[in-house]
Amino acid sequence: MKKFINQGNKDTRSGFGEGLTQLGRNNSEVVALCADLTGSLKMNTFADENPERFFQVGIAEANMIGLAAGLATGGKIPFTGTFANFSTGRVYDQIRQSVAYSNKNVKICASHAGITLGEDGATHQILEDIGLMKMLPGMTVINTCDFNQTKSATLEICNFDGPVYLRFGRPKVANFTDPRDRFQIGKGVLLNEGSDVTIVATGHLVWEAIHAAEKLHENGINAEIINIHTIKPLDEDIILNSVNKTGCLVSAEEHNIYGGLGESIARLLTSKAPYPQEFVGTKDTFGESGTPVDLMNKYGLNSDSIIEAVTRVLKRKA
Amino acid sequence: MISEELNKLVIQTRRDILRMVHAVNSGHPGGSLGCVEFFVTLYNRIMNHDGDNNSKDIFILSNGHISPVYYSTLARSGYFDVKELDTFRKINSRLQGHPTNHDNLPGVNISSGSLGQGLSVGLGVALSKKLNNDNSIVYVLTGDGELQEGQNWEAFMYASANKVDNIIVTVDYNGQQIDGSTKDVLDIGNLKLKLESFNWKVFEIENGNSLDEVYRTMSEAKKSCMKGKPIVILMKTIMGNGVDFMMHTHKWHGVAPNDEQLEEALNQNPETLGDY
Repeated sequence: MKKFINQGNKDTRSGFGEGLTQLGRNNSEVVALCADLTGSLKMNTFADENPERFFQVGIAEANMIGLAAGLATGGKIPFTGTFANFSTGRVYDQIRQSVAYSNKNVKICASHAGITLGEDGATHQILEDIGLMKMLPGMTVINTCDFNQTKSATLEICNFDGPVYLRFGRPKVANFTDPRDRFQIGKGVLLNEGSDVTIVATGHLVWEAIHAAEKLHENGINAEIINIHTIKPLDEDIILNSVNKTGCLVSAEEHNIYGGLGESIARLLTSKAPYPQEFVGTKDTFGESGTPVDLMNKYGLNSDSIIEAVTRVLKRKA
Repeated sequence: MISEELNKLVIQTRRDILRMVHAVNSGHPGGSLGCVEFFVTLYNRIMNHDGDNNSKDIFILSNGHISPVYYSTLARSGYFDVKELDTFRKINSRLQGHPTNHDNLPGVNISSGSLGQGLSVGLGVALSKKLNNDNSIVYVLTGDGELQEGQNWEAFMYASANKVDNIIVTVDYNGQQIDGSTKDVLDIGNLKLKLESFNWKVFEIENGNSLDEVYRTMSEAKKSCMKGKPIVILMKTIMGNGVDFMMHTHKWHGVAPNDEQLEEALNQNPETLGDY
């Protein structure tokens, strides 16, 4: 089992903030918009350094998406920032018509995604946003796993022409990917090779998948771990190559099992490689207040839940 | 003074609208006919336009359902062949029921139809022009019923607070919407006072179906650009204008004329510049 080293806990939103700061210095076409959450989104440095290219829109997310579509029409590369809930569900039709259907080069950057937003509770958490965004034709959907990956994703989506949903989180979590890794949209990352089971994880669940694999390894089970940061377009090859070798798969995400990464994988497996799959995710429920760790434990979004899913799927393996 | 040519274009545009919606027995003739004089004036006397060049004036249609008048104007301004008007609302057409840039129709920069979004988009384009030190103007048309959508008021608030003064928004103030008069459905009250209190400079056009009046006020509005305030024009129009039995009613909002009605409507607007 490959060793993974935590370089120190950091929040993914700070990775976004650093990436955006760098973009502000290197690309004069980049503009940023925020709906009264500049500090939470770590957009302060960009705002301070580029006051003319930063648009504080107030608590008015619908207008923010429209402004971004207009700025893109004028040739700019807009990055919008607010919580994931207010970035998606609140403005779904604005994104659908003015951004996705209109092919606008808008980067919708969403912090505080999932249940790890924590104490603010279900009104501010969202566990449906991946589903909402992946259903939009032409929308690229990315969910990064740590600080380094979020920073490199932020830089890379600027080079990509088209609408992107970039999802990241609030809490400080392990920072373990190599900062020199080039972020490739649509390319999964094979973290660990194994022969018994494939674990495909995204976002905060990638670190949990690594923990799970370590414990499984102690018990003689070799898990292959794939870090899927791009949920759409899905890297089908990396998943098929792995599952054709291992014969079973567990998906893990901080999202409802309906509409998330797991369902995208299930569609792939049923049409091309019908091996058993088990799902780690929330089970069609809203979240609640609590610390991120307590919530992850209560809602089954941790390494133990992944190990249980692996145990189940191994029993179903022919 | 408005030339005879523009009058001819108005009549021909009405014919295009009527024939387009009749051919597919669907679409929105009422609001389209009400805005013919506005479109003809905007594209022929007011805007310095080139839909594919962002350094020129740009037009955003927010009330996308009046696509027939938009398409006819674009075609007759040379953006695409007038023959393409025949594909309106048919399968494999770039002329969708509601306008979209999704299929690369020249002259159209954004999709609209789901109401209340065009003003925000127009403001975004205006902001991009300011960043580029480009002094051209963004024109937006919205309906009046459409102002019931809350997003517009987010945008009104944003524009004045941020002194977006390179935009001219025109409200098609026809007082009608699908379910009846705007007063009955959801009264939007004193729009002039509302917008003035939002710190917009408000112009009024008493007769938005007069080429002269539209031209005069739009020209005046243009001169008021770049002076620190966003500009809105409340343009009173008559839905269904130019076809007597379609005027002054919301009944023709989204209903196409039948064969006899088409003939009668076309007789009131004899061919001037050649049908498509």
